[in-house]
Formats: sequence, C-alpha cells, structure tokens
Amino acid sequence: MTILNKLFTVNALIVAFLVVAIITWLSTVISQKLLKGKIPGAAIAILCGLILAFFGGKWSGGTKGISDVAGLSGFALLGSSMLRDFAVVATAMGSSLKEMKKTGWIGAISLVLGVFVSFFPAVAIAYAFGYRDAVSLTTIGAGACTFIVGPVTGAAIGANSSVIAISIAAGVFKSVFVTIFTAPLAKWVGLNNPQAAMAYGGLMGTTSGVTAGLAATDPKLVPYGAMTSTFATGVGCLLCPSICFFMVKFIFGQ
Amino acid sequence: MVIYGVGLLAFCFLVGQFIGESLGRFLGIEANVGGVGFSMILLMIFTQWFQKKGILPAQTEQGILFWSLMYIPIIIAMSATQNVFAAFSQGILALMAGILPTILLFLCIPMLLKLLSK
Repeated sequence: MTILNKLFTVNALIVAFLVVAIITWLSTVISQKLLKGKIPGAAIAILCGLILAFFGGKWSGGTKGISDVAGLSGFALLGSSMLRDFAVVATAMGSSLKEMKKTGWIGAISLVLGVFVSFFPAVAIAYAFGYRDAVSLTTIGAGACTFIVGPVTGAAIGANSSVIAISIAAGVFKSVFVTIFTAPLAKWVGLNNPQAAMAYGGLMGTTSGVTAGLAATDPKLVPYGAMTSTFATGVGCLLCPSICFFMVKFIFGQ
Repeated sequence: MVIYGVGLLAFCFLVGQFIGESLGRFLGIEANVGGVGFSMILLMIFTQWFQKKGILPAQTEQGILFWSLMYIPIIIAMSATQNVFAAFSQGILALMAGILPTILLFLCIPMLLKLLSK
C-alpha cells in the first residue's frame, strides 16, 4: 500500500494522464454505443470531469475539485491555466489570421455587450434576493462576467467576503453552464463558423467555459472563440468597478 | 526536431503573456488582458512565415501539433478541478446569477451575427 501511495504521489502528473485517458475512453464508448453518437465523447468526458470535481470537493473539503483527493493531485497541473493556455495557443496553428481580422470589430462589440448582458441580469437577481447596497449588487453582477472579475471587482470596491464568495460561485456556475450548453445549443444559435465563434467567445467571456464548450462542439472553432474570450476578463475588470458600479449607484442610490 | 516546435510555441506563449500582463498593468487592472490572443497571433505569424520560407519541417510542426491535440484532455482535467462543490453550496442566488446571463448571452449570438451580415 505504501508503495502505491508513493507511486501515485511521486508520479502525480502521469497518474492524471492515465485517468484522463480512461475517462476519455469510457466517454467515447458511452457516446458511440449508448447514445449512438448524438452527444460527442468529448462533451461526456468534460461533464464527467465536472461531476468528479463536485465529489472531489465534497469528499476532500478542498477548493480544487478532484485534485484535492489523495493520489489525484496531478489533475491540478494537467488542468492548470498554464497548460490550458499553452494548448489553446497551440490550436492557433493553421487557423486563419485573415478570418480573425475580418471580424475583429464584431469581437470588440461582443466583449462589451457580453459584460453588460452578464452584469445587469445578475444585479437584478441579487436585488430580488434582498441585496440593496451598490457594492454587493455590483460584486455579484461582476461575478456573472467571469469568476475572476467578481473577486477583482469586489476587492476594488470593498465588498465583504461572503458576497465575494457568491460572486465567484456565480462565475463558476456560468462557466459550467457554458460548458454544458454550448454543444446542444450550437446548431440553434448558428455557432458553426469562425465569425460566430468569435462573437460567442466575446459574449460568454469565461475562458474555461468557452474553451470547454467549443471542445465539445467543434475543436476547429477553439482558436477563434479563445481569441476573443481572452480579452473578456480584462474588459470586465475594467468596466465593472467603474462604469457598471456608477450605473448601479445611480439606479439604486448611495 | 520536435523541441524546436515546442520551443517556438513556448516563445510565442511567453511573449504574448508578457504583452497581456503589461497591458493589464498599463490599464491599472489586476488581470491579464488578451495574453492568449497575442500569443496566438504571434504563433500564426511565425508559422505562416516559416512555411512560406520552407523552413518548418514536419517534425517541428509536430511539436506544436502535439500540444494542440492535448487540448481536449487538458480541458477534461481542468473541468475536474473546478470548484463545483463550493459553487453549489452557495445556493440558489449564485445558481441563478450564473444561469440567467448565460441564457441571455446565447440569445445574443444570432442577433450579433445578423448585425454582421448586414
């Protein structure tokens, strides 16, 4: 047993390779045999990942999903933003710079629109749940942009930690929903070409949701969605504590 | 050699991240603004340039291609490390503040595309 323990701890990244390979294999079998290819294997595998993350967090009490479970710490490195961004950049090889230039302005509009369409509905919900002060309303609204914009905004305008926790949770939920719903909704919203992927990336904003959602839909679209979504957190951090905060103060007083 | 491809990718990645961090600092916000985007543009420019000059051997290209193909497994691992349990334990307010914007944003996609086609 101690040999196994040592093996899993010392070789954490290799263990993660093996476990992800097994998840992928099982998901592909489920996709092809049980669902007759209606849901792609990658989508099922990502959903499995989210379910594992839920139970990982529940069992371990940690904040990093399954990677807090003994023996599976390698997931933290394999699923880190460093490797994710490295792989996302790699997908750009062979995609068209011309295509991106052509829709550059749509990307810019989608980024700004994405912040407002995330922010105000979330503020309305926070209001409906009894929050009345501009700082809390703004922080929860910012969390609906991405789970980084929430805490950055909250810290900037002085929100309390329980409100910041809610804003992070809202951002995580958004990323989870974007991940799950992109593939089934793609056809319906016309997400099947580079332009649409750029608009989608800017609107949704959440890089983890966008990159995972496109992985489950059509990996060829990944670089286009990633190109715009990589600016979203920055735009959100810029607009939420400034313009959005002023607008909330103007509407709700103080 | 494969490592040349990986090295080129690493170079573009680091330069892009540096630009993104600097832009964030310049704007006075604590976030990386578009780092991945700048890295991608650099990689596209370099690979297209090398291809035109005929100095991008298949092995070098494979060094980049490997990481591009590792993308989905990495995303699966990333999903498995999200703080999903904590999100659920924050209750219905966080859930609704996450789901309502997502629905509205999906509705915005066809609208924006119509604008594009005009």
